[in-house]
Amino acid sequence: MSVLEFEKPLVEIENKIQELKKISAESGMDLDKEIETFEQQANDYKKELYSNLKPSQKLQIARHQERPNFLDYTKLICDDFVEMHGDRTGMDDRAIIGGLANIGGQKVMLIGTQKGKSTKENLEYNFGMPQPQGYRKALRLFYHANKFNMPIVTLIDTPGAYPGISAEETGQGIAIAVNLREMAKLNVPIIAIITGEGCSGGALGLGVANKVLMLEHSYYTVISPEGCASILWRDASKFADAAEALKITADDLIKLNIVDGMIKEPVGGAHTNYEEMGENMKKAILDTLSELAGMSKEELRNQRYDNFRRMGAFIEG
Amino acid sequence: MTIQEWFDKRKEAQIERRAREARMEAETVPGLWVKCVHCDAQLTKKELEENMMVCPLCEYHFRINAKTRIAQLFDKDSFQELNKNILPTDPLEFVDTVSYKDRLEQAHNKTNLDEAVITGIGTIEGHKVAAAVMDFDFMGGSMGSVVGEKVTRIIEEGIKQKLPVIAITSSGGARMQESALSLMQMAKTSCALARLDEAGLLYINVLTEPTFGGITASFGTLGDIIIAEQGARIGFAGRRVIEQTIRQKLPSDFQTAEYLLKFGQVDMVFKRSELRDNLAKILEMHGV
Repeated sequence: MSVLEFEKPLVEIENKIQELKKISAESGMDLDKEIETFEQQANDYKKELYSNLKPSQKLQIARHQERPNFLDYTKLICDDFVEMHGDRTGMDDRAIIGGLANIGGQKVMLIGTQKGKSTKENLEYNFGMPQPQGYRKALRLFYHANKFNMPIVTLIDTPGAYPGISAEETGQGIAIAVNLREMAKLNVPIIAIITGEGCSGGALGLGVANKVLMLEHSYYTVISPEGCASILWRDASKFADAAEALKITADDLIKLNIVDGMIKEPVGGAHTNYEEMGENMKKAILDTLSELAGMSKEELRNQRYDNFRRMGAFIEG
Repeated sequence: MTIQEWFDKRKEAQIERRAREARMEAETVPGLWVKCVHCDAQLTKKELEENMMVCPLCEYHFRINAKTRIAQLFDKDSFQELNKNILPTDPLEFVDTVSYKDRLEQAHNKTNLDEAVITGIGTIEGHKVAAAVMDFDFMGGSMGSVVGEKVTRIIEEGIKQKLPVIAITSSGGARMQESALSLMQMAKTSCALARLDEAGLLYINVLTEPTFGGITASFGTLGDIIIAEQGARIGFAGRRVIEQTIRQKLPSDFQTAEYLLKFGQVDMVFKRSELRDNLAKILEMHGV
């Protein structure tokens, strides 16, 4: 597993412990007490490290190559998943995947952005950057869910909508805008979860929900910290400052009343323990679904509307 | 960056600067000559103004501010501004090389506006409409909480008074200094438009130079009818971002109003001089 720069001291301690264990085994010395103390210290250090990450460090975890992606979650949280393909106008954008899912007995429409873990996969999924056809596929599945009264769960992990020639020619902006408006009209519960990168309009295009949750080390922002730094600081290498200023973490966004809750990740990040992450995710989805279960169509629409209607900070003079 | 790219970039920056200078001269120094940034023609300020800030020789449409736009489109003295009292704040205490507070103050001093949109109710050849008119001169027409709130309120006013709504956009997109709060204005305005849509009311977009990013991906393109002004550049991603991503040069007319018309993304492209009459005609045909 690849190690991030800020994780290196931790890896050193863990290597020391392995060394001690080896010495103990080879020499027959009883070092159990020492090893236990070191392990305890390493554990404390680890917890401390991962609960005090800077935004720029969370950014690295959120973008970790081995972070669970949408298809991983379908395996981790679904008892059954039947994928539905295509936007019915000529394309099946692989950067957005969706289908019928059974999550712990709950039948939902599960839709999300998909990233790859290898170069080959990333080419297939276009690095998780959807084209208009992806948003239109999602819209088709939203309407399907609405017709058959299925709750919708979206998992969002995208560096943004794809900036390309054909994306512009086929209406990238319009496709996202239509999703924002149409999601507001749906009669079913909608839960949106930022699982990794929640970058800009490309993320919001699946995000107009009754409840918006974020994974502990995910981020949600109007523009990538690199993009922001290169425009405002005129220097993309100032991305850590931009990440700080943009208030992109789950804690920040809960304080700003933009996000409703946070889903815990395993210590060390989602990629270090898929099973634990899957369990946390599944529990959060089921708990949130049951919170929304009693609401009428009208109440769901109104709650969603009010949720976004109140967002913003201004002075009324 | 190749030498050719460097030259192109420099040329783009030059054109942009000259357009700005020409416009500032045209607005501030009476009787001065103005050079058309497109065809280099020497024009007088008066000549340009009388031609709606369009070059009479090459039809280059100079970017105009919200007040000029309102004066050009609405019946004389019919436009009543609403929600002028909604003012920006600095919720994230955002500081880059300059603080957001200072940027707001600079923008105010430069434009004498409090924000990047003017909203209100007025008539176009007698047809009453609710309208939002964006002003690029105020922080690039960017949408933060105030723009989102004012646009939402004018849509709600349209629903309340059963009026058609017109949004005239000119913006680089969402305002970075309010981060996720800006992003959520895209959702907020679009949710309001869901209600306008369900109320069966007409919504018209007029996309003017330039309209990009979070505006194109929210209230800027949700119109029942989308009109683009001649020559306007309209898109989701900026030209430079696309070039960097795909590592190719883009066609010179990429993302222009005419280009988008060809690809079926807008209903019609009008010259500035045709806009008012055509808006009136469209309103008329919807029985407004």
